[in-house]
Formats: sequence, structure tokens, C-alpha cells
Amino acid sequence: MPPLRWLWQCDCVVPSEPGACRRILDGLLAEMAARDWRKHDLYSVRLAAEEALANAVRHGNGADGRKRIRIRCRLGSRRVRVGVRDQGQGFDPTMLPDPTGPDRLEVPNGRGVMLMQAYMSRVRYNAVGNCVIMDKTRDHAL
Amino acid sequence: MTGYRRLEVNEVGDVTVVRFRDPKIIEDINIQELSQELFRLVEVERRAKLLLNFSSVDFLSSAALGKLITLEKKVKENGGTLKLSNIRPEIFEVFAITKLNRLFDIRDDEADALAAF
Repeated sequence: MPPLRWLWQCDCVVPSEPGACRRILDGLLAEMAARDWRKHDLYSVRLAAEEALANAVRHGNGADGRKRIRIRCRLGSRRVRVGVRDQGQGFDPTMLPDPTGPDRLEVPNGRGVMLMQAYMSRVRYNAVGNCVIMDKTRDHAL
Repeated sequence: MTGYRRLEVNEVGDVTVVRFRDPKIIEDINIQELSQELFRLVEVERRAKLLLNFSSVDFLSSAALGKLITLEKKVKENGGTLKLSNIRPEIFEVFAITKLNRLFDIRDDEADALAAF
């Protein structure tokens, strides 16, 4: 299988603060829009990326503004990839409770990973759990 | 109604109708300010009937959903009623995926929601 050919890419290291990756995400979505990706795909990528970044800031880096987040964006003709790495100890995403269960529905938090998995075609974590890579395939139905 | 940075607050009869000034409810600091204003309506101003009109909102994060859940609890604890309206399809999808459409009373538009109080 030939390697993926990326049409656009961006690698940045930013402070671990809310909104620090906003311009990078805006840039990625603008590139997607320029290549006629569906509005729903743009929405999906923004939502998943924002959730991953919020988790990195709040949980991964423990809201420590001295830490950093690495974000990598890749855009191909049929696939977009967003990777987010924090400086935390990681976690096991398989151990998260189901936020849609009747005992969890009224719990205010715990939905970010679920939304990432629902809106992206593929979500995978490294072994430590402090790096997530999310892919969205063009025309992937929700 | 003055005194709210993140909200537009009006009254229709005995119902407090709230709209959001930020189209994208994403960042923690905005969500924090917004939720404080919403909680103030309930806990300080004792508004019993609250309608959140989402017509100006085109993006909502899970953190914002969490604040809505907390708001729903506070409204109930105060013996009040909360309804949501004018939620765009892509945002309603988030409520549906998270099954929060079962927790909240969501109506198509403001008129429907007001009639249901």
C-alpha cells in the first residue's frame, strides 16, 4: 500500500492553555473547507480536536500552564489526522465509564473521549495514554 | 436586562428567556463566566421558569454540556423548570449521542417551549 500523501500539514508546540491551538485549528478547517470537505466533517474535526485539547490541558497537563501541548495536523485528499500530545502521565481510555449510562447521565463531565470516538473515523492512544491520534475519513457517515 | 456579559436575558410573561452572546461555547473561561451567569439567574434571582434559546449557538463543547447538567440540577432543586429551544441539528446530534436529549426538555422553537411551561 503506498504511503499517505499529505497535502497540508502543521506541527506546533503550544502552551498548555485553553485556546492556545485555536489558530492552528482554524487553519486546518480553512484548508479542509478550501478542498470542499463537508460542513459536517469540519464540525466533527473541530469538536473532536477541541475535546482532545481540553483533555490535554485539564487532565493530561493538570491545568499547569507551564506545560506544553504538541499538536500535529495532517490533511490528505481523503483523510485528515489530528494528533495531540500532553506532558502528563497518561491514562487508560478503556477504563472510562460509559457516560450515557443511567447512573452517569447527570454527571457533568466524562463525555469528551466518547465524542471524539463518535465523531472521528478512528481514535487511538499511545501505550502511555498521553497522546491521541484521530483520523477522519472523507464521507465517513456518523 | 443588564449585568450579563455572556447572556441576553429577557422575560416573556413569567418565563426568563436566555440567549447566548457567544456563537461558540468552547473555551473554559467563557464557559465558566457563562455558567456563573446562568447559576445567578437561578440561585440569586430565583428565576423559576428558564428557557435557553440556542439559536445563536453554532458550537458547544462537552464542558458546556456539563454546565447545562449542573444548571438543570439547580433549577430542579429550586423547584423550577428548564427548557431548551432552537438547537441546530448538528448540536442536537451531540445531545443525542450523549443521550442528554433524555435529560433535558428540548423544544423546536421558542414559541413551542413557552407554550409548554
